[in-house]
Amino acid sequence: MISNNPALSRFLESYGIILVVLVMMAILYATQPATFLSATNLSNILKQNAYPAMLALGMFVVIITAGIDLSVGSVLGLSIICLAVADKAGVPWPIVLLIGPLVGTACGLVNGLGYTLLKLPHPFIMTLGTLNIARGLTSLISQAPISGLQPEVRFAGQKVFDFGIFLPPAGVPFSFFLVIICAVGLWFFLNRTNMGRHIFAIGGNPQAARVSGIDVDRVLVYVYAICGFFAGLAALLLAGRTDSGFPLAGIGNELDAIAAVIIGGASFFGGRGTVLGVLAGVLIMGLLRNGLNLNNISPFWQQILIGLIIIIAVYIDVLRRRAATRK
Amino acid sequence: MSVTQTPLLEAKGVTKYFGAITALRNVNFHVNAGEALGVVGDNGAGKSTLMKILSGLYQPSEGQLIFEGQPVHFSSPRVARNSGIEMVYQDFALAGNLPIYENIYLGREPGTKVGGLTVIDRAREREMAQAHLDKLKIHVKSVDQPVEELSGGQRQAVAIARATAFDAKVVIMDEPTAALAIKEVGKVLDLIKTLKEHGVAVIIISHRMDDIFYACDRVMALFQGTNFADAPLVETNRNEVIGWIMGTKGHTAQLAHDKVH
Repeated sequence: MISNNPALSRFLESYGIILVVLVMMAILYATQPATFLSATNLSNILKQNAYPAMLALGMFVVIITAGIDLSVGSVLGLSIICLAVADKAGVPWPIVLLIGPLVGTACGLVNGLGYTLLKLPHPFIMTLGTLNIARGLTSLISQAPISGLQPEVRFAGQKVFDFGIFLPPAGVPFSFFLVIICAVGLWFFLNRTNMGRHIFAIGGNPQAARVSGIDVDRVLVYVYAICGFFAGLAALLLAGRTDSGFPLAGIGNELDAIAAVIIGGASFFGGRGTVLGVLAGVLIMGLLRNGLNLNNISPFWQQILIGLIIIIAVYIDVLRRRAATRK
Repeated sequence: MSVTQTPLLEAKGVTKYFGAITALRNVNFHVNAGEALGVVGDNGAGKSTLMKILSGLYQPSEGQLIFEGQPVHFSSPRVARNSGIEMVYQDFALAGNLPIYENIYLGREPGTKVGGLTVIDRAREREMAQAHLDKLKIHVKSVDQPVEELSGGQRQAVAIARATAFDAKVVIMDEPTAALAIKEVGKVLDLIKTLKEHGVAVIIISHRMDDIFYACDRVMALFQGTNFADAPLVETNRNEVIGWIMGTKGHTAQLAHDKVH
């Protein structure tokens, strides 16, 4: 039925993921009517998922090119420690705010330049290297958590607007707005600028991009820098929310970011996916965790479920590819 | 065609090594404006390598390229394209995930420059694509169709449309009809003749004698990485050209393998 109706199948491809989110919310509401839709719980979900959303947005750009960035969790760790150390050293807050994104972007540049200049066979290798390097550097800088940051530094990750209608701590977090701004900006970049389209072209057929005069290596360096930038921004949000920089921050988060991007319908083979889908992917993972917590289900079952969802999401991608390439 | 005419594009003494392998040895090449040149040779004769050098994808190990009488160095396909040399690849080199109109203008999107980026004027890009396809009499359902949904012939048409979207002076086609249905071959060959009439030099690599003898003015043969033969089409015949591909000269109709006695 779906295959016979191109309009419907196109609609489902673009917005089907939103239906999944709505169905999940309905189920969670049915199981926990009192708690789930409470303002406190909803604002918690938004706040908790802001930094994973940043990581996923960055990862999305890399995955469009059929690449992967395993280092984002470690880059987040390095960024958060750098900004916390700077904060404690008395660096003025406007500069501390920049440190996270700057460290992240620098790490991304290292990934992009290393991958393209050394002509490594796959970004997996380069970013597996920097995953270890950045984590090692983080622990060299500080082995203990650093807490008690300036209020201006905490603002982005902590501030919640109650708009006079919500009872604190409920409200709309500033970090949520930041995610939306970044998502809209990224959407514009990817869909309306030449470099954004070149990123998609590289994912679709790198040879086509190359013979069209696109400097593929240069674009890839930007792609990894963008991913690093978002990891640095994620560090700023996590630092604000936890009021600390801790050397173990971000461990394993790269896998959540990859999972969210894939669940959101981006193709691991590159060249397809939407920003909206990525946000939905983050939300699906966040809702799943939240719902299972509310229902007192063991975190081990959360892991199992998330694992199954990843496999199903990629299988759907495989089916979609098979259908698309049929003559 | 006068003898003194300066060739539009010329290669002198081109040699290309890939490690220990010599793909081209001291090859000379030229093509004139408005000329359709067929390039033939067996697999591994060096046709593709020569074309990739002309289009900037490879740089020659030795030798020189001369374009419009000036020595040139094509360090990348972009540089060659800016000079008006376009290539249509055998595998089309299209991004299947992108729509037709984006493939045609990939790397040269119309729009407003903001810093180092171009904000694409998509309405204009679509219109330009539609107008260009109409000019070439290429019919597609919609320029918004992703290329992966198209047939081989339609993909070839899009690839040719991309090559000619800006004022191309030289269009190099690698096996332009190899992936086409029979009924689509004629259209592509007629398209080549149209390009020629507009003064475009068309270089066709093909194994199909029908293509060469229908669309070309001159044919040159490479054999094991060297120049082997070169003649106007009126001065040769299919059997002789087939002989050149196999590295024999004087291959006449009498020697043809398919001759019925």
